[in-house]
Amino acid sequence: MPLARTDTSPLFGAGASSTLRLVVYLAAGVALMVADYRGHYLARVRQYAAVAVEPVYRVAAMPADAARTVRLAIADRQALTQENQRLREALLLTQARLNRLGAVAEQNTRLKELLDVQHSLGLGVQLAKLIDIVLDPYRQRITLDAGARQGVVVGQAVLDAYGVMGQISEVLPTTSTAVLITDTSHALPVVIERTGLRTIAYGSGSSDRLDVPNIPVSADVKAGDKLLTSGLGGSFPAGFPVGEIVSVAAEPSGMFAVAVARPAAALERSGDVLLLRPLADPVGPPALKPDSGPPAPPPEALTPAATAAAKPAAAAPAASPATTPPAANTGNVSPPRTSAPAATTPSPAARRPVTAPPVTTPPPATPPVDVPPGTRP
Amino acid sequence: MNRHRAHFLLFIFSLIVACLLQLMPLPDLMLPFRPYWLGLILIYWALEEPDRVGLGRAFMLGLVGDVLQGDLLGDQALRLAALAFIVLRFRSRLRFFPMWQQSLAVFALLLNDRVLSLMERAFTGAPMPPASFWYAPVAGMLAWPWVFLLFDDLRSRLRVHEA
Repeated sequence: MPLARTDTSPLFGAGASSTLRLVVYLAAGVALMVADYRGHYLARVRQYAAVAVEPVYRVAAMPADAARTVRLAIADRQALTQENQRLREALLLTQARLNRLGAVAEQNTRLKELLDVQHSLGLGVQLAKLIDIVLDPYRQRITLDAGARQGVVVGQAVLDAYGVMGQISEVLPTTSTAVLITDTSHALPVVIERTGLRTIAYGSGSSDRLDVPNIPVSADVKAGDKLLTSGLGGSFPAGFPVGEIVSVAAEPSGMFAVAVARPAAALERSGDVLLLRPLADPVGPPALKPDSGPPAPPPEALTPAATAAAKPAAAAPAASPATTPPAANTGNVSPPRTSAPAATTPSPAARRPVTAPPVTTPPPATPPVDVPPGTRP
Repeated sequence: MNRHRAHFLLFIFSLIVACLLQLMPLPDLMLPFRPYWLGLILIYWALEEPDRVGLGRAFMLGLVGDVLQGDLLGDQALRLAALAFIVLRFRSRLRFFPMWQQSLAVFALLLNDRVLSLMERAFTGAPMPPASFWYAPVAGMLAWPWVFLLFDDLRSRLRVHEA
């Protein structure tokens, strides 16, 4: 005990660590903490002291920095190779994504263009996607992803952002097939924008060419003229761009000029197309209603009558080409072929006469009256 | 060189090193195992040269630590003052403990320090710290012998140099 007392006496004699002092310091600490907790003085102190304290942090961080540098320096080759490999893969993946993004952006632009067309038309249109395409000299067809369930009917005009593409020839429940204007069996009444000359553009079988035969030698047609739909025939509304004349030459017989036009529509490139809603019949008698006959006749019984009623109104020669595939020669049977937005695609129309009336009726009125004379001033 | 002056330089140097060690960035994994260097250094000087370390200096050192670490101002000051008080009070016994007992004592001191810190946290409404909060005293206990031996060696060298 005495030993202990002598040991402590020099320490506590000075009061260096007396309990009172401890209490004072503890109180000071608590007071400081409370003040700081309430007033956030420390943040301010640190703000002032930042200049002095910041080098301290630098110095304190030096060992860690050095360790990092050393680790980087001695990181072994394999790790670096692996990292390189991984980064390469990531780069590839990113590149692929980027490319896809580019494709999507392009598609977006195209859709926007289509949308603009839709707005400027002020017509009822429907967007459809291409799901198949057949471009060979004999059949120029595209298959679309909209069908009867989407309200597509035979004869609807198919457009893209740049011009007329073709028309629907066959409708299935969820898909439909369209004949392109460049199909050899297709003919389209057109008008030359500059002069107003009416004529007919035939498909050539090649997707970048339209033939415009039978132009009078005296007619004013030259390369660069724009072709628009004339609205005759009733299938296409007037004023859509069809193509542009590329060259004009004389027929071997010398009686007519023959022009070659390039389609305005991007027939080989479009991925999305617009389907024009069927137009109201411009002229001619109202369509026959299937249910207007005697009570509940079988549809088969009605069809001969309906077709018979429709056909006489059409040009008489049209009856035979409508059932047989249209002849490839362009000279002699132009009237039926012009009338033929529906007749050019004879098979569906012939097979389904009952659904066909809205399509078969528009042609009769116009072609025999108008087109052939119009082409021969 | 004046002996007192040399010892004073060693004292200051040790404090600066302790501050730097306290601030040194560590990997996240090792962060909970950082010993409380300021506390260890303070314990050492309080044991060996009590005339250098009064409660006031401990308090000041704590304030410096607070400013550097950005804790609540007064937090470490209070804890270090308490630490210094306990060490000074039991100095005569702690000094003559064998090393392992001394280490255990240091562990108890640092644990007490942690408890104080926990109380402060509770008063400020901070949530309960995770379990890793309690790793530091163990690390401090393990570090203590090395700190002690190192500084004893340095001081004895100074003394020999003197003589």
